[in-house]
Parts: sequence; structure tokens; C-alpha cells
Amino acid sequence: MKSVSQQFKTLRDRSQCALIPFITAGDPDLETTAKALQVLDQSGADLIELGVPYSDPLADGPVIQAAATRALQRGVTLEAVLEVVKSVSPTLQAPIILFTYYNPILNRGIETFLQEISAAGVQGLVVPDLPLEEVESLLKPAATAGIEIILLVAPTSPKERIRAIAAQSQGFIYLVSVTGVTGMRSSLQTRVNTLLEELRSVTEKPIGVGFGVSQPEQAHQLMGWGADAVIVGSAFVNRLAEGQPAEGLTKIGDFCSQLKAALV
Amino acid sequence: MTPPSASQSPVTATPAIDPALIESSVRPDALGRFGQFGGKYVPETLMPALSELETAYAQYSNDETFKAELEGLLKDYVGRASPLYFAERLTQHYAHPDGTGPQIYLKREDLNHTGAHKINNALGQALLAKRMGKGRIIAETGAGQHGVATATVCARFGIECVIYMGVHDMERQALNVFRMRLMGAEVRPVRAGTGTLKDATSEAIRDWVTNVENTHYILGSVAGPHPYPMIVRDFHAVIGQETRAQCLEKWGGAPDILMACIGGGSNAMGLFHEFVGDPGVRMIGVEAEGEGVSTGKHAATLTQGRVGVLHGAMSYLLQDPDGQVVEAHSISAGLDYPGVGPEHSYLKDIGRVEYYSVTDKAALEAFQTVSRLEGIIPALETAHAFAYLETLCPQLSNSPRIVLNCSGRGDKDVQTVAKILDSMG
Repeated sequence: MKSVSQQFKTLRDRSQCALIPFITAGDPDLETTAKALQVLDQSGADLIELGVPYSDPLADGPVIQAAATRALQRGVTLEAVLEVVKSVSPTLQAPIILFTYYNPILNRGIETFLQEISAAGVQGLVVPDLPLEEVESLLKPAATAGIEIILLVAPTSPKERIRAIAAQSQGFIYLVSVTGVTGMRSSLQTRVNTLLEELRSVTEKPIGVGFGVSQPEQAHQLMGWGADAVIVGSAFVNRLAEGQPAEGLTKIGDFCSQLKAALV
Repeated sequence: MTPPSASQSPVTATPAIDPALIESSVRPDALGRFGQFGGKYVPETLMPALSELETAYAQYSNDETFKAELEGLLKDYVGRASPLYFAERLTQHYAHPDGTGPQIYLKREDLNHTGAHKINNALGQALLAKRMGKGRIIAETGAGQHGVATATVCARFGIECVIYMGVHDMERQALNVFRMRLMGAEVRPVRAGTGTLKDATSEAIRDWVTNVENTHYILGSVAGPHPYPMIVRDFHAVIGQETRAQCLEKWGGAPDILMACIGGGSNAMGLFHEFVGDPGVRMIGVEAEGEGVSTGKHAATLTQGRVGVLHGAMSYLLQDPDGQVVEAHSISAGLDYPGVGPEHSYLKDIGRVEYYSVTDKAALEAFQTVSRLEGIIPALETAHAFAYLETLCPQLSNSPRIVLNCSGRGDKDVQTVAKILDSMG
């Protein structure tokens, strides 16, 4: 199975901008999550970000918060999420990146957690409430477990911080496109262009842009501005949650294809 | 954690603790850590704002003009110093048959403007926000006391103010909602979770992530990411400083025992901070046990929680086996929180402060006892500290002097209490 870095290398060799859809595990149910991973994989996803539902998702807007709440109400646990990943990941082309807040990791024990997700076939990890200053505890055991830790850069990050984050981030650098939480925005802030340029001037690593991206036109624009990957979350979560699971699966498949088509 | 070298020490009120552990300069260290607790577990977007706040605080906390302005307002606007009052009838109530017994003094934070200690911090942070050029202030509130304090200082300085409050708390603290709105604050209801303090805090943080460039977040407890636990403690430290001076004046010595209720722990930290380095002063924090620890409906974070991360800091935390934060429960909205300040977590681990819990029922009884005996209606939060006197006083020999932080007044709670007493017949 390809690592996140290897996948980006392949795409870069082909001069392709990667598409990274995000879905919340367990919403509407884990069976649908398993199918959704396969649908996305077959509809053009280059990597897939899978959110572990958490009780206090500070970095998330209303759509992903609500999805996490629904999943938790159904009794979805980390263990059950990893079982799904384990059963599906061997059939996927796209590497899986797990998105989880820090407390469930700490609660599990950092090393145990990393070994478990690695055994399930996860390749990368995003922890939105673990900034550079606190990530030290995760880096070494992650290297041992073969998990790449992806760090976030925000519009508010000063230049010297951007440099330090870029140096530590593995796989790619996650550029948060808005000063705010996750969720759909009708337009991209033009300063994303400047942010991308700034980030590009300090790093050779791939840059993925997320938070607030929900339309094919926006994805295309970001590619034009030099993004190596476009991450789309709430727009997928919304579509998957609408109507019956079968309907949701069709919708996210179509939407994924549309986004992919915009990235050429 | 076992306190080091306890066996070699003479018997004192508290077990001996390595002085290095309570050296005030290491609380917190440069990374905002109290031992393993504290830190900054927040989205990257907020990191520059936390650094900015840290820098501003380092600058202004040593600035004579800033200090003079704050002192002047604490005196003339808040009404400080708050009195240290000898609770004569409460003392009689707990006297031993031989006439000895603890001498109970109350630090009257309930007499501050707005009726609680919360104003000390709100005022200090509003002055900081002004100097940092922030035109908008947000805050979370549980009981509404911190919300009222924030709305008050925003009115005083003409700053736009948004308060996040859980819908459940808005209902049980309707009077405070009215007060905030009266003073021009916008109160935004939070429906997520159980609609209490935890959810209001999450929503305030999301607002801050979104509006960080023009907004200051006045966090109301000694919780949250560094530097908040330090800043909030320091602005409340005036409580302990005044207490020391007042004890000296009244009896020429220090208090023997300090008591305070603990939700996030700001009033307790304010009283304790001055005395942490005095080994002869015993300190007791009282948490909310809700309907009882065995029912699972409680807010006894320090006595029942496990180490975790919530709202930006590592501390003791009420969580389920999967690391999901569980809802706390307390009759008092201000203690209804599944986390607790990182410094309290540290003081517990090194054995410097003792932490206990009392039930809703015990707090309700204390609420009435204190009202009847002293003519002081304490806040339901504060009533938890009073309630622990029932357990503590019979254990004490001689006549030690207790200072209990009377952190807030109970006017806001009378409707809630009336309803409960009615339903109990």
C-alpha cells in the first residue's frame, strides 16, 4: 500500500493535483462508511480523509459537528472505525488519512493508538488540536509505526512559524484556507493565493488546501494557484447524510467525479 | 504521586512537599505547563493569538500605568478590598461540645460589583484587550456570573460583547441572561450537547478561531490553553493577597485552612495562589458530586476523572473509555463542567491541595443553613464549599482559623432553589 508521500510523488510525476475527500466515520452508519470509502476510491479520490467522531470538535463547523454527534449517538467507537478501515483499505488505491482530535489518542495511549491505526492500514494522521509545540510527543512513535503526521498552517501563521511547520510536516502540508472552522463557504478568499505563494517559497513539500472548499470551480481555482491537493469535507458529509444511504453513496460518487474533472 | 521526603519531615498541617515543586516561577513553565498539565492544544489558527496575548500580558502586567488603572478600577468600580468577615453564628453552629472549634471567616467576594469574584478577571482582561486594540470581546458562561462580569466591563469600556451560553443554563439562570442583555451584550444560545458550560466554551472557541484578528476571548476560568490559566489566576490572586493582609491585621498570623468550591477553579486559585508556598496553610477544594458519584451524574473531575485534553489544556477530565468527553452534572451551573484547571490538576498530583466533593443535596442544605445563620445567601457554587464544613469541622481539633471563599451571591439561584424545594414538598 502506498504511503501519503509516495502517492504525492506519483501524482507530481504526472503533474496532477490530488483530490482528497473527507467523510465522518459512522455517519449515517459504519456499513455506509465502508461503502463510501470504496465509492470515493473509484470516483477519482487520490487520498481519503476519514474523520473519527469526537464529542468536542473545536475546529469543526456545524455540518461535521452534527455528523460526529449522530455517529456518537449510534455508539460508534474508535475500535469499530478501525475495523472498517482494516476490512476496506486493502481494496483501495487511495491511502487513508485519519483525522482525529487529540484526546482519543491520549486516552488510547499514543504508541498503542499509532500501532493500531497502522495495523488497520491508515497511512497518515491529522490532529487539528495538536499544534507544532505539542506534536513532539507524536512524531517519534509515528515514525516507528510508519504513520505520516500532517501538520496544519493557518492564514494567521506568521512566516517563521510557517517555515517551522513546513519543516516538520510529513506527507504534505495542510493549508487551512480560512480563518475559521470547517464548513462550506460560497467563495474562496483571494488571500489563499498569497498564502500558497508564501508557503511555496519555504517548502518543496506538497501543499493541500482545505476548510471551506465545496465546489468544483473552487477546486479548479486552487489548482491554478498552485495547490498540490484540494481537500473537500462538509460538502461530502452533507451529501452522504441526505436521504437513504444508497442515495447518499450515489451523490458522493457523482460529486467526487465532478471535482476530479475540475482538477485537470 | 507520593510527595517526596515526607518521612523526614515534622508533622505539619500538610505533608511536606519538595519546595522546588511549589516554586511559583515554575507554575507554569515557559511552555505553559504545570508539571504534565496545561499546554496549548488548539487549532493552529489560534496559536499566534495566544502568543500575542502572552506578550501583551508580559508587557502590561509589569507596566505601572496598567497596574494603576486596574487597581483604581478594582477599588472604585468593583469595591475592593472585599471584607474578611468573621461568621460568628456559623462558627457557633460547628463548635465542639467543649467550646473549642474552628473559627470560620468568609472572604466576601460576593460583595464585589456584579456579585461574584469573576469581575476581577474580566476587568483585567478587558484592560488588556483595550491595549491590544481588540474591538470585540467574546466569553463563555455557565452560571452567568462570568458573562455578567464580561458584559459589565464591556459596557464600562464601550466594547462590543458576545456571550455564549448553553440553552439549559439560560433557562436556570434567566436573571443573569436579562442582566447581560440589559448591559448591551448579545447572548447567543448554544444548543449543542447538553447546552451547558462545556458546549458554550467550545462555541466561544469556534467564534475566536473565526474572528481572532479583531476579537479578544475573555476566558472565565483558570482553564483553557496557556496563557489563560496563568492570566486568570493572576488577576484573581488579589483575593489571596488581601486575605493575607486581613488575617495579619485581625490576628497577626496566617489562616490555618483555606476552602473554596471548584468548577474550573478560578476562585479557588485566586485564594490559594498566595499561600501555595506556605506549608502551614492547609488547602481544600470542593467539587460538585451532583446526584452522587455512583450515579455517574456528577462534576467531580479531580476526584473521578482521568488525565485528558479539553478546551486547549491537559488536565483531569471526565471521559468515557473511548476518550469522549462526558457531560457533567451539577445543580450549580458554574460547577457543571467536565474539565478543571491544569494548575489544580498539578496541585492535586503533588499533594499540595486536598480535593473533595459534595452532592447537590448537601449544597442545597448548606445554601439554606448559611442563609438562615448568617443572613448571607451564597451562590449554589459557593454553597458546595460551605457544605464541606459538615464533614471537615468535626475532624478538626482545637480552634483552627478557616477562611472560606464566599465566591458569589445566591440571588441568581433563588428561583432554581425555590422550584426544587417545592418539588421536594
